[in-house]
Amino acid sequence: MTIATSNPLALIAELTHRCPLHCVYCSNPLELQARATELSTEDWSRVFHEAAALGVLQADFTGGEPLTRPDILELIRGARAAGLYVNLITSGLPLDESRLEALVQAGLDHFQLSFQGAREAIAQEISGTKAHAQKLRVLEWLKRHHIAVTLNFVIHRRNIEQLPGMLAIAESSSASRVEFANVQYYGWAFANRDGLLPTREQLTQSIDFLKKAQERLAGKIRVEYVVPDYYAKYPKPCMGGWGCKLMLITPSGDALPCHAARVIPGLTFESVNNRSLREIWEVSDAFQRFRGEAWMQEPCKTCDRRSKDLGGCRCQAFLLAGDAAATDPVCSLSPQRPKVDAILNTINSLGAGLAPSVEPSLTNPDWLYRPNPS
Amino acid sequence: MSVDLNSHPRLAPGCRMNEKTQQPRTLLMPERALRLNGPSLEIVERCDGQHTVQEIIAELQQLYAKADPAKVEQDILGYLALLQKERALDFVP
Repeated sequence: MTIATSNPLALIAELTHRCPLHCVYCSNPLELQARATELSTEDWSRVFHEAAALGVLQADFTGGEPLTRPDILELIRGARAAGLYVNLITSGLPLDESRLEALVQAGLDHFQLSFQGAREAIAQEISGTKAHAQKLRVLEWLKRHHIAVTLNFVIHRRNIEQLPGMLAIAESSSASRVEFANVQYYGWAFANRDGLLPTREQLTQSIDFLKKAQERLAGKIRVEYVVPDYYAKYPKPCMGGWGCKLMLITPSGDALPCHAARVIPGLTFESVNNRSLREIWEVSDAFQRFRGEAWMQEPCKTCDRRSKDLGGCRCQAFLLAGDAAATDPVCSLSPQRPKVDAILNTINSLGAGLAPSVEPSLTNPDWLYRPNPS
Repeated sequence: MSVDLNSHPRLAPGCRMNEKTQQPRTLLMPERALRLNGPSLEIVERCDGQHTVQEIIAELQQLYAKADPAKVEQDILGYLALLQKERALDFVP
């Protein structure tokens, strides 16, 4: 039985898993794809055309670090030629001012720049790389060339105290939108979770601080704050629903409903090398698996909220409950919620041991750093 | 924020229409997209930094000569305010 679906609106083009940074919060899978398996420029061009034919409006170039692709200009041109809006999600490395100009000339519509903190030391500890100064230079070039910019500050226990400094960086930039996004726990972030989750007190203070900032900057900069859903009452409607709003293509060409879907056992992902995007979207097993409501268990099955949050995240349900069809355990209505509470209790009871006054250090042995695949 | 009739609305950085050959015509922005048809398309096409708000109103009143001019003006100002809220427009003096 084919479940009627809407068409995807966004294509997440994971161009490569190569990256000059080694962020401990990276949401890429633990198994990174090697350079030799990457899709070619021509492959991506075909994918962009198929996506546009399917109704996709926007291509989000991401990775790894998309700027490590030597053909990034051709990729931008290819996506624009296919009729897509092109958004680049990047660390800002490797980049100089003339390369940035070339990206814009090639048709780049929007630039999203990540930040790991307000200061070099913590940024270096979290990313395993000296990148902060470069990002500040990129901000200057973006301002000079009037490029549409969103800043993404990745927030966690070790840098949440630097919110005022991060906000100051945002305010002195030309960004019209700033996202302060608490880490979500997939991939490397899941492995490093216990070092990343903020305390309840930190979270409360941050919400208070950013709420005030939102009001003060209303009409000038859109300030958004994403809290870790472990602390929420209800889960997020992940990706806007499984196989609903977007599709992700991995560096080697596998089509996934989201960046974490590979953790779910028993799903076979089709490759753009073998099937058309339309076929994959409309009828492939992986995309069909969690569409509609037939797969839902109680309490989702009869819950009033099910069309609102869709039972939360399938990948998180697998990671925390061992069952991708279960209610997302962060939901207060999930019978597995006590598991999440136990994790939070550990984080919140450690007290002084979590004090961010601990000096940032590149040699902190507690982190699992994301390597650069060959 | 009220709209200055003598200002020249222009699509903000990162905001553009899709190609003329693409259907449906759409206004693409970083966070969302807006379908454009009829009047909304006529308005956005004139947000080129060359037309004043007043000129856009006058041109559309001519284009939609059968409609009540006051309603046309009201609809245009309402739509420009919507685009302004989406931060899709810069108003150049």
